[in-house]
Amino acid sequence: MNVHEYQAKQIFREYGIPVPNGKMCTRDDPVKEAVRELGGDTWVVKAQVHAGGRGKGGGVRVVHSVEEAEKAAEEILNMRLVTKQTGAEGREVRKVLVEEGVAIAKELYLSMLVDRASNAPVIICSEAGGMEIEEVAAETPEKIHRETIDPALGLRAYQTRRIAKALGLTGPAVRQAGKMLAALYRLFGEKDASLVEINPLVVTEQGDLIALDAKLQFDDNAMFRHEEILALRDVEEEDPLEAQAGELNLSYIRLQGNIGCMVNGAGLAMATMDLIQYVGGAPANFLDVGGGASAASVEKAFRIILADTRVKAILINIFGGIVRCDRVAQGVAEAAGKVDLKVPVVVRLEGTNAEEARTILEGSSIEFVVAKNLRDAAEKVVSAL
Amino acid sequence: MGILVDDTTRVVVQGITGKEGSFHAKGCREYGTQVVAGVTPGKGGQEQEGVPVFDSVQDAVDREGANTSLIFVPPPFAADAILEAADAGIRLIVCITEGIPVRDMIPVYHALKRKSVNLIGPNCPGVITPGKAKVGIMPGFIHLAGSVGVISRSGTLTYEAVKQLTDLELGQSTCIGIGGDPIIGLRFADLLEMFADDEQTKAVLLIGEIGGTAEEEAAEYIIRSKYPKPVIGFVAGRTAPPGRRMGHAGAIVSGGKGTADEKQKVMEKAGMAVCPSPDAIGKTVKEALSSVA
Repeated sequence: MNVHEYQAKQIFREYGIPVPNGKMCTRDDPVKEAVRELGGDTWVVKAQVHAGGRGKGGGVRVVHSVEEAEKAAEEILNMRLVTKQTGAEGREVRKVLVEEGVAIAKELYLSMLVDRASNAPVIICSEAGGMEIEEVAAETPEKIHRETIDPALGLRAYQTRRIAKALGLTGPAVRQAGKMLAALYRLFGEKDASLVEINPLVVTEQGDLIALDAKLQFDDNAMFRHEEILALRDVEEEDPLEAQAGELNLSYIRLQGNIGCMVNGAGLAMATMDLIQYVGGAPANFLDVGGGASAASVEKAFRIILADTRVKAILINIFGGIVRCDRVAQGVAEAAGKVDLKVPVVVRLEGTNAEEARTILEGSSIEFVVAKNLRDAAEKVVSAL
Repeated sequence: MGILVDDTTRVVVQGITGKEGSFHAKGCREYGTQVVAGVTPGKGGQEQEGVPVFDSVQDAVDREGANTSLIFVPPPFAADAILEAADAGIRLIVCITEGIPVRDMIPVYHALKRKSVNLIGPNCPGVITPGKAKVGIMPGFIHLAGSVGVISRSGTLTYEAVKQLTDLELGQSTCIGIGGDPIIGLRFADLLEMFADDEQTKAVLLIGEIGGTAEEEAAEYIIRSKYPKPVIGFVAGRTAPPGRRMGHAGAIVSGGKGTADEKQKVMEKAGMAVCPSPDAIGKTVKEALSSVA
């Protein structure tokens, strides 16, 4: 799960991690008051969307007067922010963060995540802050420092000193880094974060360390014990169909093509999409109906797929292991009757009671195209377009 | 032969009185697996369709000689269930539970490394040695005893692959679903090592997917060990967009890393036969086998 920068910074504050003072504003909030309350003579207005690369897309402006701040906020709130993570259609901006300006001496990079190779948390940092870390890693890998944390021992003081050295910190910033890293590690564990990223982490002209940006991602599987984080969820940032599918416990991701896919199991769903493309089609979505694939879940899946108006044909691929194919076939036939189907549907059911399932589908009043294997299904759905 | 499970396997099902646990315990027994005990804390002394239920795994080990555990405990309690099984002296733990928080799995992973116990999963379909024992939730009837070892990060995609093999009369020695989570027990390389020593296994099929570095690790191991048997590979998720988690918590292309293309190249470099498309898995294995025969 993702949260906005202003929310991440609020969590940072709770853990004593220094961040600039700021206020979140929507279209209804007076930016003027936020600016006056913050004081000073320089402010930053930042678009709040769940996508990176906001600065390059024009979603971050530095301003020097109340009028400039108001104008910047208005422009950002009226734009569709296009970054390399949003795709060409961009993202509507509904919130901005107005922050006090910080005099920057040095920009650094810091992140924490779970490293799958060592099965342990790792801190990644670099003196090359403000840039995209993937670029730094590709071009100047020697500028990246990794510190693996033994989960039994936790983050040790000598490791924080090593990180401070790798970041080229001197003076009071070294001690500040130790405190900040300890707090981040505590946050990471207590909140079940899957990613903490600060880019840039800055040293101010006064020599202090402050998190100028903040990105937090949380482990979806752990949200059952974090009501406080679930409360931060911004549904408007999610694809409406994906959000709806999530509520129905279906794993759904919208893609660019026109062949709707309904599959049981994530791996088989990906393989089905791959095969559609292999034979010349384009999948409209990833959809895993889960291990059960009951009549009820099939109907829900149908409705989600059909809500995407680009869908011109549907491929249902169910490998019945535990679930019986004849039951699924009945579910498919019933659901198709209820949802006013106007596009061709190719069905491939394999596994337990597959023969009975084919008989049910062929006897249905709706004209399903029954496929005999994976390849046949993909070819039939592409030619049905 | 085969690896991990056979007719000496004595299974204790943790969470046997739950819906999933009771259903699949029955499925395993019907396949011929020795399911000797169940565990549900507070329900010790009961019976679940003829299987004695105990309060703890230790009781199941002491009284019924259980040596393998199959876990269906809900996510908030699953990490503890794994540790309990390890503490009781179980030698193979198969954890089916989906949705265990990563933070819970990290200490479990490191604790198990200090013991002589193997973990399969979590979030996996389990292990089957066709004709001998099924310790998991896969449909037994699609399998055929034979000489192909199968290791997969997926569930139903493994069934698809196994069906393609069986249809071509290519039997399997043992099939293992290692799970779709970021932190899992045995990985591709560990299982490849076991298959290398297994006389019944003549070739190994690896079914990978986008995200993580499991396939890269496997390829590295194949090169380093001069692996003695042909290995066939497939990677699902060629069409997956970057930055999106494709169902499995582990299946995500991030920072340009973990793409299907990249993984296939690494597999080819290690001398593996790579399946060009998901419908060609059986065929590719057959060709690889005939080239060594």
